[in-house]
Amino acid sequence: MSMWSRIANAIRGERLSREIDEELKSHLDEAIDHGRDPAEAHRSFGSALRYTDESRDVRLIAWLDSLRADAVFGGRQLMKKKVTSAAAILSLALAIGACTAAFRLIDALLLRPLPVAGADRLYAVAREAFFDGKTQSFDGWAYPSFRLMRAAVKDQAELIAVSYAERTDLTYRSDAEMEKAYVQYVSGWMFGTLGLRPAIGRLLTENDDLKPGAHPYAVLSWDYWSRRFNQDPRVVGHTFRMGDNLYEIVGVGPERFTGTETGTVTDVFVPTMMHPAVVHDDWTWHRTLAQLKPGVAGGTVRAKLDATSHAFEEERAKGFTGMSKQDIEKFLDQTLVLEPAAGGVSDLQTGYRRSLVALGVLVALVLLIACANVANLMTAQAASRAREMALRVSIGAGKWRLVQLVLVESAMLAFVSGAMGGLFAWWAAPFVVGMINPADNPARLFLPADWRVLAFGLALTLGVMLLFGLTPALRASSVKPASALKGGEDPHTRRRTMHVLIAAQVAFCFLVLFVAGLFAATFERLSNRPLGFVADRLLTLDTVAQRDEPPVFWDQVADHLRRVPGVESVALAGWPLLGGGGWNGFVSVNGAPPGPILAYFLAVSPGWVDTMKIPFIDGRDFRPGETVPGVAIVNETFVKQYFNGRNPIGQWFQKDGDGRCQVVGVVRDAPYRSMREPILPVAYVPIHRADAKGALQPERFGTFMVRTSGANPTALASILRREVPRARPEFRVSNIRPQAELVRAQTLRERLLAMLAVFFAGVALLLAAVGLYGMLDYSVLQRRREIGIRMAVGAPAGNIARLVTVEIFAMVVVGAIAGVALGMASVRYIEALLYQVKPTNLAMLALPSFTIMAAALLAALPAVVHALRIDPVAMLRAE
Amino acid sequence: MPKTDSLQGSLDLLVLKILSRRTRLHGYAIMTAIKDWSGEVLRAEEGSLYPALHRMEEAGWIRAEWIVKDTGRRARIYELTASGRKQLATEESRWQAVTSAVNRVLRTV
Repeated sequence: MSMWSRIANAIRGERLSREIDEELKSHLDEAIDHGRDPAEAHRSFGSALRYTDESRDVRLIAWLDSLRADAVFGGRQLMKKKVTSAAAILSLALAIGACTAAFRLIDALLLRPLPVAGADRLYAVAREAFFDGKTQSFDGWAYPSFRLMRAAVKDQAELIAVSYAERTDLTYRSDAEMEKAYVQYVSGWMFGTLGLRPAIGRLLTENDDLKPGAHPYAVLSWDYWSRRFNQDPRVVGHTFRMGDNLYEIVGVGPERFTGTETGTVTDVFVPTMMHPAVVHDDWTWHRTLAQLKPGVAGGTVRAKLDATSHAFEEERAKGFTGMSKQDIEKFLDQTLVLEPAAGGVSDLQTGYRRSLVALGVLVALVLLIACANVANLMTAQAASRAREMALRVSIGAGKWRLVQLVLVESAMLAFVSGAMGGLFAWWAAPFVVGMINPADNPARLFLPADWRVLAFGLALTLGVMLLFGLTPALRASSVKPASALKGGEDPHTRRRTMHVLIAAQVAFCFLVLFVAGLFAATFERLSNRPLGFVADRLLTLDTVAQRDEPPVFWDQVADHLRRVPGVESVALAGWPLLGGGGWNGFVSVNGAPPGPILAYFLAVSPGWVDTMKIPFIDGRDFRPGETVPGVAIVNETFVKQYFNGRNPIGQWFQKDGDGRCQVVGVVRDAPYRSMREPILPVAYVPIHRADAKGALQPERFGTFMVRTSGANPTALASILRREVPRARPEFRVSNIRPQAELVRAQTLRERLLAMLAVFFAGVALLLAAVGLYGMLDYSVLQRRREIGIRMAVGAPAGNIARLVTVEIFAMVVVGAIAGVALGMASVRYIEALLYQVKPTNLAMLALPSFTIMAAALLAALPAVVHALRIDPVAMLRAE
Repeated sequence: MPKTDSLQGSLDLLVLKILSRRTRLHGYAIMTAIKDWSGEVLRAEEGSLYPALHRMEEAGWIRAEWIVKDTGRRARIYELTASGRKQLATEESRWQAVTSAVNRVLRTV
């Protein structure tokens, strides 16, 4: 009871005092009742006040009591200046919330260990090679190579193959009820190695992963089981069809395990042996994770893996024909690396690591700006409270008591802001995740609000409190009563601190504006980059057949779609541009040996170029019946790369291991798979492939490109989805996306970065301007006597304006220069996020400078007006 | 901490002992009891008694409650707790040890 009652007593201190008083009074009454003279009894009783105090101190925690008193006092102080306090709290809350949200994202994506056994011993195996002028990392592996590597290090580490999680069509009933799920092919022993236990049923084991195609078993993730099956335990034993195989569900994984690809929640795990590529040595389709045995050093494992992988590739290179020895050596020059993967491994991490850290730094700067504002506010307040502090010291308040008094006020500000910031982070982090991927396929990142986030928020709040509260508190405590009560305290020391804070604020603000400007320019350049084709009114219909179907059936579907009302034109392609698909190879021109530069290919039907509205430069379109190998249409870059810019019509080229293609047309450049990379050399080849004997090959996948006549292409989506199987029942649309959305998806990261950076730049600018305004206003208030005297002796308005602003503007300039230096230093870290933007460009530096100067002028205006409005007569009379 | 006076060392012991004999006494009654039972030799000052009572209450040796007396006046009465009973035994034996030691010194010198 003791501790608790003392805490409780401290909180209800008033009542405690009353109680003690009443007891003492009842004592006196008792004494008088027993016949003592009232006056004598009172005299002998002595000072009741002292007893009350002593008893109070026994029955409560003294420091808690004083804390309570300070809190009440601090609360009153804050309430007295409602607008200022609200502004301080809001700015801090926004900044703290943004920092916490950034931490939540960074933690969830990059730092948080996977919920598996031995996550700290988990590494991703990747290869680094010098390619296209820079060192590139590649983490895809071919299964036969994986198998050799696993055997080579089996005593020191366990290797796990994990395919890239992919949204795949599967069905639990008929083909008409296809649905999409994230499917991942994993080594059967993954679950055992990572120490995972089934929620129901069983998990896959090594025995489920022995022979190609022989183990049609699947494990569902807990998340998918909950979403799709409402946690029905009878799901075990159910089957689904995916591709040509009927899989049996054998169990459900543990609750918190969502796969090893952070940012994607895997729905269905199947054994690697069910992947069609498992026997191919030239098909890299899975990542390799290595879990080192406890106590094993990564170096030896890496060396062994490197040697094994190298031997494998060397063996494979013996089969390469037509490649020069030099090119083969270049191909083999790759180094195997082990990258820590405690937090999983995913493209989302690679793509967003830098962006998130950059955003985190930006919001941290905004927080510092907000802190500087509040620190200035508190310092100014401490100045106006100097007399109160002096009085407190005079009547015996200790130094620490004063520090506590001011810090309690800071703490109240900080914790109210922290709580509001927490709410903001609660909303903001999922909001940002929701914007990472296209709307129909959002990134799924688990953002638990657990002790890690809470501890970060608390530490941040405490740090913030000390940051803006400590200096004013220490300053308040060192007040000298004599000089303060005289009213002649030296204001300059205080102003000096405030000036330094202003300069720091301006520097940080400049940096935020500068970086935001770079991001905004990047987004602007990227989204205004000429496409080379027209994306409006264009729909892409990813279509799949039950099995390989002859080309004539595909043409029938295209013809049928052309007759649908509202359709302008229809063409068929292997996949849409910018859809992520790709196919490349080395080409030899006119029989010369193949060069080292990769060419890219896309199979298209006659009319595709027109449907895409890509302009022809020369030559003609494909004719019906033309096949690959045979003819090709190439883009401008292809001409430049392989024909040195000479007219290629009538010339021919050959892809390694394929027949000749004669160039029949040249079209304008268009981006192939990414907006961010330079235009690739692309050859468009006919959609229908003929084998060596001239027989047409059946196809299973294709994408119909449909240009609609209506402005909104999605209006036709459901009709087209219905019309495809009506044309031929074997065909089914698996995905419909407007081409414009594919284009938009290319700039999602840049859009997100630009949007958030510009938003926080606005906040930073606003805060810095408010800080400047407050500082100027304060200095005018402090120097009003001086200004009054100057005006009385006839100083012109210009002089007065200069007097009040010159110091601060000097600080702004110092801050801006520091900001430029910071900006130049930071460029190195964000260069990878920029597109065709030169950070050293004068415009990129001038814009933030002018913005800050304009904001500073605007902020100075009220203070100058205020100074000029000072009535010298009234001012001097008041003195 | 409250200042000590001559009775400080033994005040706790006296209060605990009195409360072990007669339970539910208010402050004034405890003070009178000390005076009466010591043959008017010992006197507890109000200034020591109340802080001592409150301290022992905090320590959990005694507990207090407000009652309304027949006269209609409110009074705060105290009684011993189990841990107070234990404390009394400790204090008593310590007192015995101290006094016998003091006596030994007085006899020898």
